[in-house]
Amino acid sequence: MNRSRPLNLTLLTVLLVVAGMLTTLPVWSQENPQQKVKADSATTATSSGKEEGSFNAGQMILEHVVDNHEWHIAEIGHLELVVPLPVILLYDGQFYCFSSSRFHNESHSYQGFTLATEGPHKGKIVRSGENKTNPEAPEVYDFSITKTVLAIMISAFLLILIFVSMARMAARSKGKAPTGMQNLLEPLVLFVRDDIARSSIGEKHYEKFLPYLLTIFFFILFNNLFGLIPFFPGGANVTGNITVTLVMAVFTFILTTINGNKHYWIDIINTPGVPWWLKIPLPLMPIVEIIGIITKPFVLMVRLFANITAGHIIALGFVSLIFIFGAISAALGLGVSVVSVAFMVFMDLLELLVAFIQAYVFTLLSALYFGLAVTEPEHH
Amino acid sequence: MELITPGLGLLFWMTLVFLLLLFILGKFAWKPILQMLKERETSIHEALNTANKAKEEMKSLKAGNEELLQQAKNERDAILNEARKIKDKMIEEARQKASEEAARIVESAKETILNEKMAAMTELKNQIAENSLTLARFILKRELADPHKQEEYAKELIKELKFN
Repeated sequence: MNRSRPLNLTLLTVLLVVAGMLTTLPVWSQENPQQKVKADSATTATSSGKEEGSFNAGQMILEHVVDNHEWHIAEIGHLELVVPLPVILLYDGQFYCFSSSRFHNESHSYQGFTLATEGPHKGKIVRSGENKTNPEAPEVYDFSITKTVLAIMISAFLLILIFVSMARMAARSKGKAPTGMQNLLEPLVLFVRDDIARSSIGEKHYEKFLPYLLTIFFFILFNNLFGLIPFFPGGANVTGNITVTLVMAVFTFILTTINGNKHYWIDIINTPGVPWWLKIPLPLMPIVEIIGIITKPFVLMVRLFANITAGHIIALGFVSLIFIFGAISAALGLGVSVVSVAFMVFMDLLELLVAFIQAYVFTLLSALYFGLAVTEPEHH
Repeated sequence: MELITPGLGLLFWMTLVFLLLLFILGKFAWKPILQMLKERETSIHEALNTANKAKEEMKSLKAGNEELLQQAKNERDAILNEARKIKDKMIEEARQKASEEAARIVESAKETILNEKMAAMTELKNQIAENSLTLARFILKRELADPHKQEEYAKELIKELKFN
């Protein structure tokens, strides 16, 4: 098993590199019409008050990175390729459910709700006309299936499809050598089991946390890789969304807290090896430790979010460069595009590495926290 | 600001989907996969152990075989030696027996010859005696008046005897 690991890693790297090459070029070709969208909307939206045809890179990038009520694929000329997503609202104790394509009108409103296109609530759904004037108006609770939610569902569905079929295959070919997909995924499962769970949590307790660790590892890895694919099922910034990372970090926090044994809590309240004056008059150390319980998952959340979002922003930044220079002169834009594409290929390859590393780090740190929670006191 | 503000709807859906994912994968994927991996590991472990044991057994078997072979060789040598000894002894015995027999035969031949000789001698003696008696009878048959004649006759007879 040990001997085959370097080979498997090499294989995986080669695979990732190939996947990167496949995904990188479409990024550019797909982003191309996206820019036209921005240019078009800038020319049509007279209310924006900006210079006509101007290209706002920062705004474009931010719009791509955050969640959206519809899944924009491309716009060729005046033909928009958009996947409308269901909007589900809870307002004043009543549910409202309709397609997000209903907002495609002059006022961006439907059934008394408006999709804000500017201001502090940009991209959010607010009650028409009431948002600023009446502070006592009931809140609009938005449970819409947004782009990120759909991406989560798609990846969850794919994960289930892949791993349940792998389990079936494993059950069918019992006692035989693994084949096909099994060969690709088994080393990863073994990697999580042996190098993450077993080594961090310990032989005694690791099996309890293994399903959770495997799930977050593959969920993060899949979504990281999907985020690099610029086409419809991919391209959503799932793991670069703070809500998604928050949920996973909270799960890790809850699992750590409910599994913490006596030794874990004693170490927090009465940290051994610390001078007494740090604990007695003013419980300085316990306070630090209790803050530590919270900061650990908080750091998990921020790290994954920041890494993945940064990757998306850089890739989009290189695309923006083409259009910024293209606005000055077409030839200049063409020249810059060569450099930009080269850099994007490089960045995407780097992002493939980051996709794996971040999935590994999140899982490893979760495992380490579980390990701290369940470890038995050493008898000296 | 929207970038770092968690959304309520997304929070709800993510939690729901993630819990479902955790449940479904945990029950239908990780459990059988991990079980299979464990089983395979044990089976590989066992197979290796068995192979090692077989190797060990083969080694001891080989050593036993060699010992057996050595033993057989030794035994063969011993048997050959014994056979050679027996052969030598038999030849020696046969030779001795033969010489003894020869001696005995020679002895008996000698005895026979002696006996024959004695018999021949006796017969010869008897013949002489008989001849003498016949001669005497012839002499006696004639008149023994003239001693001269007598003497003459005796000489004649002797002459005759000589011819005979």
